[in-house]
Amino acid sequence: MSAAAPLTAEVLPAGLDGFIIRFALTPDPAAMVAARRFANRLEDEAPKGVTEIAPALVTVLVRFDCARTGRADRSALRARMEAMAQEVIAGPLDMPDPARRWTIPVAFGAANGPQLAQVAGAVGTSEEAAVRDICAADLRVLTIGFAPGQPYVGLLPEAWNLPRMAELNPSVPAGALVVAVRQFVLFGAESATGWQQVGRAAFRTFVPAREEPTLLQGGDAIRFAHATPAEIDTLEKGGDPMGGARLEVLR
Amino acid sequence: MTALQITRADGILTVQDMGRPGHLAQGLSRGGAMDRRALLEGAALLNTKSPLAAIEMAGAGGEFSVTAPTRIALTGAPMAATLDDAPLRWNASHLVTPGQRLRIGGAQSGTYSYLTPAGGIATEPWLGSRAAHLSIGIGGALRAGDTLPVGDDPEPDRPSHGLPPEPRFDGGTIRVIDGPHTVLFSDAVLDAFYATAFRRGPRGNRQGLQLVAEARFGTEHAKGLASDMIGPGDVQMTGDGVPYVLMAECQTVGGYPRIGTVIPADLPRVAQAAPGAVLRPRRVTLDEALATARSEADELRDLSGRCTPLVRDPAAIRDLLSYQLVSGMVRGDEFDATWPHST
Repeated sequence: MSAAAPLTAEVLPAGLDGFIIRFALTPDPAAMVAARRFANRLEDEAPKGVTEIAPALVTVLVRFDCARTGRADRSALRARMEAMAQEVIAGPLDMPDPARRWTIPVAFGAANGPQLAQVAGAVGTSEEAAVRDICAADLRVLTIGFAPGQPYVGLLPEAWNLPRMAELNPSVPAGALVVAVRQFVLFGAESATGWQQVGRAAFRTFVPAREEPTLLQGGDAIRFAHATPAEIDTLEKGGDPMGGARLEVLR
Repeated sequence: MTALQITRADGILTVQDMGRPGHLAQGLSRGGAMDRRALLEGAALLNTKSPLAAIEMAGAGGEFSVTAPTRIALTGAPMAATLDDAPLRWNASHLVTPGQRLRIGGAQSGTYSYLTPAGGIATEPWLGSRAAHLSIGIGGALRAGDTLPVGDDPEPDRPSHGLPPEPRFDGGTIRVIDGPHTVLFSDAVLDAFYATAFRRGPRGNRQGLQLVAEARFGTEHAKGLASDMIGPGDVQMTGDGVPYVLMAECQTVGGYPRIGTVIPADLPRVAQAAPGAVLRPRRVTLDEALATARSEADELRDLSGRCTPLVRDPAAIRDLLSYQLVSGMVRGDEFDATWPHST
């Protein structure tokens, strides 16, 4: 993922106690890299008063302590964000090396991925080749949202730039792996969605009773590993919300 | 440890506090009370330093009792409340003793009411908060028969206090600042939006509520917009140009354009607007909004300073003649709500 067109960066007020740093209005791949690089950098050297850093796809929300941030401090913080954002878009614009990698077993097709055939057709390949491509892709958690711990994972090659469906998928189960616009979402709970379901994992993205209720973090590398439906069923019945997922700490 | 027993639940009752901030990057919104000011009022009335976990009652209350003497505060949307059969003043604190029956009726205006015990609801916190977050299965609606642990009242003998309610229960003007997406709307749409008297629509819950008008307020830039971080107060324009104000339990990211953000000071007014109430957005600059903004800690201090001991109007006492006015033992709180059962 490298930048093709020059990016812009805007620092915009968001509520009384925040800024949104925006690298694009649309889900531009280079802007996704910039947002991730900016968030990483901010996490490494958070300016005084910053209380929260939350990256979306192509924007980063920065919240600060409004009560302790006067006019001058607010201007200084804004200037700091602007300078940092300019440095980020000056490049390099490669996705930073991941700190961690997850390998998550997924069963594809048939009952576990009712729309795999349709998706493969739209991509212009066979079901087997589509699964092979998915499992070979070097993917990242682009952002987490919609529900706690629920990741947007990408980016797949351009051929996977599939539109959301006009008709909603009325219900996909927890663990559903759905695809659209070069991205996957791994659903944390049963949900309706306009994305197409290609697989199912036993990994659970949100377990309130767990010490860490959510495990995935923005920027984590993700590999999907091909599992049989029986393996996913066994993992699910085993009750371990990790669902056979493996975590490697890379740095 | 005291217990608060729920013998009847008429409205949607949940435990709420000031929520769990700081987890947006994990996809978890702050949540907490819909009317944060009402929790601050409860804390002020009970003389506590910080807001406590309370029962949020949407639409109607229920029936409650306690296992140890404890003061309670009743704040937010006014509801008819009685202790045994004596009426209780709203926006006030009152002592409740074991055996007494606290009844809270339907909202007379507004939507969200709060019953705060002086020791706070003491259920097990999750990520530092006791707030129910219904959309993700944290906590749940309280039901008849439920018993909640409550911290012991640190000063049960403190007289009842009252606080003049800040009107916010029938709609009104809501101040809105520009947000990151405001420039995506044409001047004509912005002008029309700010000239419109909206009605609070029938669709609404702890995640957000709909503003209804005949006109639509779309933008041609809505299509293809990348999902962005969203938060309480944001006015999201859905695909058909109907605005929704995002509330306490909103999601963390959303793909709709946002015309602006209701300032925190006016969000209780939005929360309390019942379906049909008129809400008029007024555009203010960030500087104007900041000039009047106060931290919640400052707000609590101000509210505490405005609480006064309840003095009962003798004209409102039904059987005044049977009351022994001169027989000594004046404690100063005879005229609080426990009368006449405390003698």
